[in-house]
Amino acid sequence: MESIKDKIAIIGMGCCKFGENWNKGPEDMIIEAAYEAYEDAGIDPKDIQAAWLGTVGAHWIGMGGLALAEPLKLQGIPITRVENWCATGHEALRNASFAVACGMYDIAIAVGFEKLKDTGFPGLGVGRGMHPVMEMRRTAPSSFAFIATRYFHTYGLSLEEGKETIAKIAVKNHKNGSMHPKAHFQREITLEQAVKAPIIASPLGLFDCCGNSDGAAVAIITRADLAKKFRDDPIYIKGIGVSQNSMMPHFQPGFDWTGFEVTQIAAKQAYEQAGIKNPRKEIDLAVVHDCFTITELIIYEDLGFSPKGKAKEDVDAGTFALDGELPVNTDGGLKCFGHPVGASGLRMSYEIYKQLQGKGDKRQVKNAEIGLAHTLGGHPSVSCVMLYGNDRG
Amino acid sequence: MVGIKSYGAYIPISRMNRDIIGNAWGTRSIGGERSVANYDEDSLSMAVEAALDCINGEDRQGVEGLFFASTTSPYKEKACSSIVATVADLNKEIWTSDFANSLRAGTSAVRAALNAIKSGEAKSIMVTAADCRLGTPRSVDEQTFGDGAAALLLGDSDVIATIEDVYSVSDDITDVWRTDQDTFVRSWEDRWVMVNGYTKNMKAAISGIMKKSGLMPKDFAKVVLYSPDARSHVDLAKSLGFDPKTQLQDSLITTIGNVGSAQSLVLLVSALEEAKPGDKILLASYGDGSDVFILQVTDAIEGVKNKRGVKKSMGLKMMLPSYEKYLAYRQLVSLPEEFIKLFPSASVMWRTQKWVLRCHGSKCKHCGLVSFPIQRVCFGCHSRDEFEEVRLSDKKGKVFTYSLDNLAGGIDPPTVQTIVESDEGGARIYCLMTDCNPKEVKVGLPVEMTFRRFHREGGFYNYFWKCRPAR
Repeated sequence: MESIKDKIAIIGMGCCKFGENWNKGPEDMIIEAAYEAYEDAGIDPKDIQAAWLGTVGAHWIGMGGLALAEPLKLQGIPITRVENWCATGHEALRNASFAVACGMYDIAIAVGFEKLKDTGFPGLGVGRGMHPVMEMRRTAPSSFAFIATRYFHTYGLSLEEGKETIAKIAVKNHKNGSMHPKAHFQREITLEQAVKAPIIASPLGLFDCCGNSDGAAVAIITRADLAKKFRDDPIYIKGIGVSQNSMMPHFQPGFDWTGFEVTQIAAKQAYEQAGIKNPRKEIDLAVVHDCFTITELIIYEDLGFSPKGKAKEDVDAGTFALDGELPVNTDGGLKCFGHPVGASGLRMSYEIYKQLQGKGDKRQVKNAEIGLAHTLGGHPSVSCVMLYGNDRG
Repeated sequence: MVGIKSYGAYIPISRMNRDIIGNAWGTRSIGGERSVANYDEDSLSMAVEAALDCINGEDRQGVEGLFFASTTSPYKEKACSSIVATVADLNKEIWTSDFANSLRAGTSAVRAALNAIKSGEAKSIMVTAADCRLGTPRSVDEQTFGDGAAALLLGDSDVIATIEDVYSVSDDITDVWRTDQDTFVRSWEDRWVMVNGYTKNMKAAISGIMKKSGLMPKDFAKVVLYSPDARSHVDLAKSLGFDPKTQLQDSLITTIGNVGSAQSLVLLVSALEEAKPGDKILLASYGDGSDVFILQVTDAIEGVKNKRGVKKSMGLKMMLPSYEKYLAYRQLVSLPEEFIKLFPSASVMWRTQKWVLRCHGSKCKHCGLVSFPIQRVCFGCHSRDEFEEVRLSDKKGKVFTYSLDNLAGGIDPPTVQTIVESDEGGARIYCLMTDCNPKEVKVGLPVEMTFRRFHREGGFYNYFWKCRPAR
């Protein structure tokens, strides 16, 4: 099995302003992100040879690549719509990468978007299951509340200790997000606000949950050996790992509800490709799937940043703060950008891309060379880990 | 000897103090409490509860028929008896039938089962009766009615009570009714109803069976009379020569209410719970006539155990805090539309009924792993189609993890979401919890399974299992 390491370079990226974009349609957000990416890459839209589109909205299912072809007037090239729960944005980039790596295309575009605020419902929806009754009233907050309840129980955290621990993650991410002009939420919060917020799905309160936002993000890629023709500072893909569970953990006998194997496996795949032995030491920053604060806590463990059951100690020590040993969610994460599902993986990659180019502005992580982007989706049952570096090696 | 082999009963855990109704309307409270089916219950789900109480621990294979009796069947066209039989995990090669439209439906079903067994056509038939009737808002009916169910397993051997004699009268009288256009039960002027409907018919039927059997009032240990209210059956008993103090079975009107076509069977279960070998019981139902039965309790009554019945159900209650909740439970007020995107499919529900209705999981013959729902490919060892089905509806379990969800909507938030670890091989059951105080839910809480109504997407009722704190 070959590795994708150093075969693909990102030469341009774009990201629209995330938020409750009442006055923008999907087309407006795609145009905003795509034209930023064209300009960044220094290419003309006609240079694009193939496109991948990631979106999960019910409205777009069965609509092929129309949602992308229409606004950008991409004429005559293949467009493939992909979806894989919350890893959808990453999947668009992953599939585009393999097509370019095999030599079929020189320049491809990966686009992810979601327009959540046109559904009339303030969330991702309730009980959209595979069976007429099996998943009645299943919500994303509850699936992750299962983790929180069981994690606190297993590792002996009282409700107060547990809630305070995950609240610190919310405070950290809001602080980072306050420094990002494209974030939906750009306001700092206090620990007290986070702990005392109304309960959404116990033990998770309002500030433990990410926002519901609209957004779009775009990446333009080429073969690594062509990258320097476009710019001096392309960013290289070092590893891509994707893992899917055979079934939702809700049914899985013995599932311990304190972590997700899919993240562990996706990370292992990506680390092996990139040659990473000690992720905590070798990775300079990570943007991870903090759909809920508890998710970020267990991700620290699943990605190998913290020992199992010990993430609290690292949270308390500030390990993952912007000035910490391994900054996580430097842009504010899903907490501040919300989670327009198809866009998120690419939005995370956008932050890594900018940081590795030294364009992190007030959030810049010093000497950032290797970055990780992570998505986790489904019940949860799928995860993607992507590693990027600014040196072709 | 033909008679009753086993019994079961179900009273919903929710009770409403009748003062709440009186206060809501500014009318007089008749006092006491009434049972209220939860928002996820109906006559079918309550009949299932009673059936499971009746059949658990008995031989399911031997049951050759199941009857469902109710005036409030969730379907006007479709047999609920077939659903109850499936959920009770009975064989498919049985006779199922619905008895409807009359307060006598419960005892009519008993009489039909009795005849089938006596004729030798069947050895064992289960009768279920359930009602969830709606009294017109502000009416006395609204206070008097209660919700509940009972089940009797009838057979020709090992009976706890024989049915010695039966007698019926039929009388067309429009005293209490509900047309196909009505939501609420109607009735004519109550004096006329009492004198010419209830009293006249009950007297005719009871006098008839006494004459036929040659028995005297003093021969009976207990008299179980249909009771439209808290008083009428007492007057009736007196006038027939029974001593209300010692012989008359409590009507449960003040504690549960009038449970309609299920009332006679619920009260019979209540009488059997107190009965001693040799006791004679007189049972009389009412509704456009009357069915009367004489039962004789056998020694086998002393072997009855592990039944929830009426007695234990009476002690299990959670008080409904407001009249508005009652209106919401019965869908008598319009609540904001729900944002549920479950797709309805009759064919999917049919195809998956082994786990949706029968609550079967799969136990791998290779590695022993138990999964729910049924898995064709084993989670543990990937063996294909090599499993045996195991019933989980009668197994207890423990809450492995949970959440109280305020986002999930529903009539009675928060929605209690749980992952249950079943005592049956550690199978994981992802389900909602009902009939609970959310504040008392915790990891490790013992739970049991309960069959509930979920939704009516697609224009038909979708039922599935939930868990509740073990009782």
